Amino acid sequence: MSNVSLRNVRKTYPGGFEAIKGIDFEIPDGQFCVLVGPSGCGKSTLLRMVAGLETVTSGEIDIGGRVVNEVEPADRDIAMVFQNYALYPHMTVYNNMAYGLRNRGMPKPEIDTRVREAAQILEITTMLDRKPRQLSGGQRQRVAMGRAIVRQPKVFLFDEPLSNLDAKLRVAMRVEIRKLQRRLKTTSIYVTHDQLEAMTLADILVVMNGGQVEQIGNPLEIYRKPATTFVASFIGAPPMNLIPLDGGEIAAQFAGDSRSVAAAGVLGVRPEDLLISTDATATGGIALDLTVEAIERVGPETFVYGSREGAHGVSVNPGELPPGEVIVRIPGQIAPAIGERIRAIAPRDKLHLFSADGRARIDI
Amino acid sequence: MVEAQGFRRFVAHFILWIGIAIVAFPVYLAFVASTQDAASIANGQMSLLPGSHLIENYTKTIFVGSSGSTREPVGVMLFNSLVMALAIAIGKIAISILSAYSIVYFRFPFRMAIFWMIFITLMLPVEVRIYPTYKIAADFGMLDSYAGLTLPLIASATATLLFRQFFMTVPDELLEASRLDGAGPLRFFWDTLLPLSRTNMAALFVILFIYGWNQYLWPLLITTRDDMQTVVIGIRKMITTTDALTEWPIVMCTAVLAMLPPVAVVILMQRLFVRGLVETEK
Amino acid sequence: MQKQSTFRSPVLPFLLLTPQVAVVLLFFYWPAAQAVWQSFLLQDAFGLSTTFIWFENYAELLTQPEYYEAVLRTFIFSAAIAGSSLSFALLLAVMADKPLRGSGLYRTLLIWPYAVAPAVAGVLWIFMLHPSLGVLARGLRGMGIDWNPQLNGDHAVTLIVLAAAWKQISYNFLFFLAGLQAIPKSVLEAAAIDGAKPMRRFWTVTFPLLTPTIFFLIVVNIVYAFFDTFGIIDAMTGGGPAKATETLVYKVYLDGLLGGNLGSSAAQSVMLMVIVVALTAIQFRYVERKVTY
Repeated sequence: MSNVSLRNVRKTYPGGFEAIKGIDFEIPDGQFCVLVGPSGCGKSTLLRMVAGLETVTSGEIDIGGRVVNEVEPADRDIAMVFQNYALYPHMTVYNNMAYGLRNRGMPKPEIDTRVREAAQILEITTMLDRKPRQLSGGQRQRVAMGRAIVRQPKVFLFDEPLSNLDAKLRVAMRVEIRKLQRRLKTTSIYVTHDQLEAMTLADILVVMNGGQVEQIGNPLEIYRKPATTFVASFIGAPPMNLIPLDGGEIAAQFAGDSRSVAAAGVLGVRPEDLLISTDATATGGIALDLTVEAIERVGPETFVYGSREGAHGVSVNPGELPPGEVIVRIPGQIAPAIGERIRAIAPRDKLHLFSADGRARIDI
Repeated sequence: MVEAQGFRRFVAHFILWIGIAIVAFPVYLAFVASTQDAASIANGQMSLLPGSHLIENYTKTIFVGSSGSTREPVGVMLFNSLVMALAIAIGKIAISILSAYSIVYFRFPFRMAIFWMIFITLMLPVEVRIYPTYKIAADFGMLDSYAGLTLPLIASATATLLFRQFFMTVPDELLEASRLDGAGPLRFFWDTLLPLSRTNMAALFVILFIYGWNQYLWPLLITTRDDMQTVVIGIRKMITTTDALTEWPIVMCTAVLAMLPPVAVVILMQRLFVRGLVETEK
Repeated sequence: MQKQSTFRSPVLPFLLLTPQVAVVLLFFYWPAAQAVWQSFLLQDAFGLSTTFIWFENYAELLTQPEYYEAVLRTFIFSAAIAGSSLSFALLLAVMADKPLRGSGLYRTLLIWPYAVAPAVAGVLWIFMLHPSLGVLARGLRGMGIDWNPQLNGDHAVTLIVLAAAWKQISYNFLFFLAGLQAIPKSVLEAAAIDGAKPMRRFWTVTFPLLTPTIFFLIVVNIVYAFFDTFGIIDAMTGGGPAKATETLVYKVYLDGLLGGNLGSSAAQSVMLMVIVVALTAIQFRYVERKVTY
């Protein structure tokens, strides 16, 4: 059994900066957990604490039923893939993979078997005698993975392993990492700032912000029901439209029956849930009158950027749209003209409501 | 336009060749003089073309030396210079890489104090503390010994700083990967850091070898016995105040021999030399 | 200053530091402290008795016109050596920076004199400009100059400046070339498109961008002129004729060794330390600036 549990884990740096402010969650055996969040949210720090590269200020980190707070990284039975791969530049690919096993005093024949097996899985058998600098980025990435695989650890740790690759290769490697993890069934923790990577890889998605967990859960569940405005605008691209309800005009459109609506301060609606229509608003839904500011045609779909009149305020969260701007995503390539006035509507069941500070979701 | 460019290019080539001529002329002259007999130099009408006494002069220089104040064969001096230059280069690299490793890769009390203590030595060359250093070397019985020739010149921070700077550019992840791979501090140093430092060590070696070979003031003080003299000191002692006694062909042979090893190092290891020079001055 | 992740060990870091710290303490701090201590002492000519006399050595030093002369002389040497060597090296570097055929060869042929020991450089120049047998002296006499560095102080100074500057050309050349090559070509291309002619490009773009290198080299050359010329002076003139070539470092050497005046020599050493530390401080301040540049 190699589940990983974090129990009220905190990290405070000597300067007093609190990087991790108390985190609790559990990853069951064999699951793929992705930590996602903007840079500086503490996701890498948390991963490095699991690895043993950062000390734990308080709380417990438990790997496979053993609290490892005081255990040396080498003895935690984990393997890590670094963002810049951290391959030993002076060693061949073979030795890069074998080094950790040799240091553990493993017999030579077994090292050889394991290295060749891993090389075969990763299709780098022909490169075993080369040095890292003779490899392409994607090949280095594979070697870094190989170095982790040969150890046959309880847990794989990935620290933004794909961010140094170009876009195409990144997608291909993403699929491969997922396939590999399914095959090896090794518990994995994966750090990324790319929400698309996070959505596609995770069994369990942990959205972090400011040293805290914003939401944990199944990726689609998080997409469907973001717990905070931060999650709402971080997960999903383009981000969810967030509209403050202080004016009351929009609130009036859907207020109707629900008691909870009164407490709501922010309305959220995803671009794909908006429809351009001249129809009247369905009961409890909303209608937004917009002036088209910009059009982005990407082929299968088109993004319409419109502005609402009388909007004010500033965006708080990274990736959030400027106030008053609304994105509508429509299939195909037919779109209104710039400057045209349009009406975008959304039914009630596609709306998200949040408290005024954005920290809580309000169910309609 | 094209013509002007061609002309400008010609000027550049011309100026560079003048520069090369100025830089090379004194050495060429020394070589010419080292192949002449004493009489044709002494009459002040030396030819600018090599003479016929090359083998004779160099053999005498290396195995016999001048017949003036120092009778030591230059071969012995060359050997002393070589030992001193090698000892300074290797010694300095060895102690510096260890201390830089300690300062960069460990956290311990007084780390910064010790770093500054080593760092400050950069500021004062041996020349300003020459007599007290001499006295200490004498008290330790280091006069006329290789230890006395080299140890005081090793006491400076240039190499430590260079290694420190280099270590700072080694990605942290390499250390972390090593820790995950179960390597302790000494193993990380030996398996990873040392192989990665090879080029820097070689570059530093080139610079320190030249530095050691060309030392003057310190060997002048610390050596009293003729058979401990370095070649740079030896050549100076061959020039006697009474001109008539100076054996110029032998002096020039010695000069050429004294220049040969460091110049060869610069030319043959030019890339390392340039790198070492630029890095140590950062 | 330090790595984010480090090893922890109670003894190992100290063990690793021991050799260097031992050497530095023994051959740097102890002698430097001794120099300061001695500068407060008066020793009789036979070394039999010493008295503690506070700053008298310094006071005496600062009343000697000879000391000021040596200070002035040293700065004149520095200015002459740095000025001549730097300007010639810059000219060569600018030429070598052009896309010429054989530029690699030019570089090799210009940098090797770095390896020549100052004292040996001195010997080469003595020989070339020797009043009775020097090849160049012959030429000078042909031009009607009564060249004799053994008797004429100005001639001796010229001789030393020439030898010292000659030896330093390659060093300066190398750093100028590196500095020139670090200037982004696109900046020069932009200037060319803006209509600046080559000379103007040099003075308005290249030269200002080269100032950090120039400043760095000025300090290095001054320190060189202070200390590394010792070998040249000792080999060529021994400080003479009539102290015309006695620089501060050479005076320390003479007063201590030949004069036996250890107290005064120590006081001079300390003064030198102060000058060098000041120069180095200037250099570091400038290095700091270069980082943010």
